Amino acid sequence: MSVLEMQDVRARYGQIEALHGISLTVEEGEVVVVLGANGAGKTTTLRAICGMVTTTGTVNLHGTNIVGSDTADIVRMGVAHVPQGRGTFPELSVVDNLNVGAYVRKDKEISADIDKWFEIFPRLAERRTQVAGSLSGGEQQMLAVARAMMSRPKVLLLDEPSLGLAPLIIDDLFKQFAQINAELGTTMLVVEQNANLALGIASRGYVIEAGEIVLSGTAEELRNDDGVRAAYLGV
Amino acid sequence: MSLFLQRMIEGLSNGAMYGVVAVSLVIIFKATTLINFAQGGLAMFGAYMANVFAIEQGLPLIVGILMGAAVMAVVASGIERVLIRPFDPSNHLPVVLITFGIAYILQAVAAWKFGTEFKSFPSPFPAGPNDHIEIAGARLRYERLGVVLVLVIMVGLVHLILNKTKIGLAFRAVSSNTESAKLVGVKTGRTLNFGWALAAMFGGVAGGLVAHFTQLDSGFMDKILIFSFAAATLGGLDSINGAVIGGLIIGLVESPIQPMVRDYVPGFHFLTSDLALLVAFLLILGVLLVKPAGLFGTTRVERV
Repeated sequence: MSVLEMQDVRARYGQIEALHGISLTVEEGEVVVVLGANGAGKTTTLRAICGMVTTTGTVNLHGTNIVGSDTADIVRMGVAHVPQGRGTFPELSVVDNLNVGAYVRKDKEISADIDKWFEIFPRLAERRTQVAGSLSGGEQQMLAVARAMMSRPKVLLLDEPSLGLAPLIIDDLFKQFAQINAELGTTMLVVEQNANLALGIASRGYVIEAGEIVLSGTAEELRNDDGVRAAYLGV
Repeated sequence: MSLFLQRMIEGLSNGAMYGVVAVSLVIIFKATTLINFAQGGLAMFGAYMANVFAIEQGLPLIVGILMGAAVMAVVASGIERVLIRPFDPSNHLPVVLITFGIAYILQAVAAWKFGTEFKSFPSPFPAGPNDHIEIAGARLRYERLGVVLVLVIMVGLVHLILNKTKIGLAFRAVSSNTESAKLVGVKTGRTLNFGWALAAMFGGVAGGLVAHFTQLDSGFMDKILIFSFAAATLGGLDSINGAVIGGLIIGLVESPIQPMVRDYVPGFHFLTSDLALLVAFLLILGVLLVKPAGLFGTTRVERV
């Protein structure tokens, strides 16, 4: 069974339909990328999974349809979402951001987990008592990822993690994604414009245009596709 | 000098009451960026409930005030669930109008149930003619000092709840970024409901303290609410400590500063205590013009 399966998903903002019937699957432990330009529906795809936009169709999480469920309940079912623009809590300290990331957990290992993420992102450890709003863009993205991972999700949704970050920081961040996936087995769905990077850590991908999936294939196939090369790889 | 000191304690204790009400305004504002105009009505009703428990049923006054505050917490939680949550929180005007409506409903119900005549209300602290300590000839009355003590305890309590409990963490998360709070699994509706209850509890305690100094009637909190707005605006509407300090400053402006200006600055003898409300409004206006975020409020820091 796929971890995540979207079937003919339509999503609308008021009168405007943004997704016109999207279908995609993500298997256990896989990293899947959705490529697309601005306004193609990448963010909406992730918001549809999390119940943050009016949605019809089917979104199966481990075989259970979650369309119409409350966002907070979807999170409890093992989905973590790093929204565009970081989605940290600017007035809360770094430590409290991580604490609140573990809000749905009831076990005793929360502080041990915080220490673990401080080891993975030492920059955050140095700023543990600072409010998140005072961090640099790269640090905020690290915090947003660590915050999302604090819920020990089965599926991690990443919304354009490279947006607005310096190239070196992006490289680092994507290495961390690959490592998290390899070591913890976290399934990931990444939406990106930066196809080069995203295809580097993904096994498969989809291309979305104007609210519809126009192409899908393995990372290798997409990298060699002329359309993708022209539109997203700049070659 | 002794008169000045006495007036100062008076001002600080008035300020402490404004501070407690201002904190209740700030709690709601932090989470929703809304001003809850029903806060005064909730406090007023809490004092009437304290009156029922303590004077009519004969319970100790402190217990009565706490029970009144607890009842108001439950009432506010119900109000939030039924009258506030169904509305789109990002559309402020309807919700603010609803809080206005709730304020008037509470007043009407209080007048209907408890009558319209003024009722005297005792102080939970010793308030006899000899219940004071004397410092430099100034009489510091226990009923006044007690109010300041309550403010300190209440503020300590709210910091504890917000910073050391899970619901407090959730509340701060919702206040900081509602959408992200949902994304970590926080039920925002329930969390805001908790905020309403907490704020109403604060207001209820304040009502039970203020009533002794003003007498009890369905409108006794109206003026206090204006001073508390001024306090919260001055301190910064999203800062709890700011609300407290703002409250104390407003209290000090009301007494001793305003009477001193009246007595000693030539040409200001018109500045009687009736004009205290005007001074409060001028302060609100001044703060909004010069420093809209208030003394301790955050102009939101966000780097993208």
